[in-house]
Amino acid sequence: MVETIPMVNASRYALNRVRAQSSCPELYDLLDQVTDPEVPVISIWELGVLQEVMLAPEAVRVVITPTYSGCPAMGQIETDIISTLNQAGYERVEIERRLSPAWTSDWLDSGARERLRQYGIAGPGHTACPQCGSTQTTPVSEFGSTACKALYRCEACLEPFDYFKKF
Amino acid sequence: METDPELADYVLRLGDDALVTSQRLCEWCAQAPFLEEDIALANIGLDYLGRARLLLQYAGELLGRSEDDLAYQRDGHEFRNLLMVELPRGDFAFTMVRQYLLDEYERSYFTDLQHSSDERLAAIAGKAVKEVSYHHRRSAEWMRRLGLGTDESNARSQVALNELWAFVAEFFVMDDVEKSLVVRGVAVDRVTLKSTWSAGVEALLSEANLTVPEYDPYQTGGRQGVHTEYLGHLLTEMQTLQRRYPGLEW
Repeated sequence: MVETIPMVNASRYALNRVRAQSSCPELYDLLDQVTDPEVPVISIWELGVLQEVMLAPEAVRVVITPTYSGCPAMGQIETDIISTLNQAGYERVEIERRLSPAWTSDWLDSGARERLRQYGIAGPGHTACPQCGSTQTTPVSEFGSTACKALYRCEACLEPFDYFKKF
Repeated sequence: METDPELADYVLRLGDDALVTSQRLCEWCAQAPFLEEDIALANIGLDYLGRARLLLQYAGELLGRSEDDLAYQRDGHEFRNLLMVELPRGDFAFTMVRQYLLDEYERSYFTDLQHSSDERLAAIAGKAVKEVSYHHRRSAEWMRRLGLGTDESNARSQVALNELWAFVAEFFVMDDVEKSLVVRGVAVDRVTLKSTWSAGVEALLSEANLTVPEYDPYQTGGRQGVHTEYLGHLLTEMQTLQRRYPGLEW
């Protein structure tokens, strides 16, 4: 078997560079604590929802983008960002919701995919069963428990599982 | 913000399309033929509700009203949605045929709106086009399943298609507001979408063993606030809480 180097795609790479070149890396580190309330094993940074953090004299500015137009978790995510920053002593927080470029599941960080699998959710583009690893799986519904997931069933172990939609 | 009544009207039209479609889809919650379909219809309804909020927030800023105010405090004649989306949900075939006709239209529409000179509309369209493509894949598949399924599923789909066809006219009608916004680079020229739409629909109907109805679509009026009697009933249900307790918050 040929070993491959896990590649970061271009759009995720661009996101990573924004963080790497930030003048306030400690704020990004702080916000690593904020997770998606519906998928609590991955942070909003790994999900690609957190786009940019800026430290201005008057306030911390946080730019986020919704996964889907109707994602009901956005309100909770905003509340969590504000309370995390408040607790660290940053009292004024401004949140901007940016829609463009539109969120894509390609922004999901590679480490997050493995944690999703361990949590029981197959990652985008990989429909192998997260329980037994079989690739003999069938879509049951194009939609699942949340906007970002579809429902699959494993034909080997017969367990149903969530699939994080490639979008 | 400077007053721009044309733009406000346009954004409201698109917001109302999404809001009313969402309400009709969500009526299926706990009513769909089986669980997975129940979840799917509610999920699609949620996508529409998200789009409605983005658009009504924008329209609200242009009009000096809140999104809730626009959704819950307007009467039927103030709504600007397409007539097709306010029709009752009907049976499952009716809902799916409507969704397919709409998805085929919205897919072209939002693809074009991504190039709007209005950056905010272009960004909303960028979100919508991805969601609509996902919906379209599913509604097209359902057209095949219903059309090629049993005699009954085929017959019900054909009946739905024959009824809905009258309302297709409104997809491609432009009034002065939209024509003026096309000149400004803001709006989509819907007349230009018709040939792509017709080609897509005709190909799929033939594949699904369904027949293009033999009359020309003719129903219009929603964009001017002239609605079917069904919108009032929909609003009565959707607005009941805010009508009874104006300004109530969750």
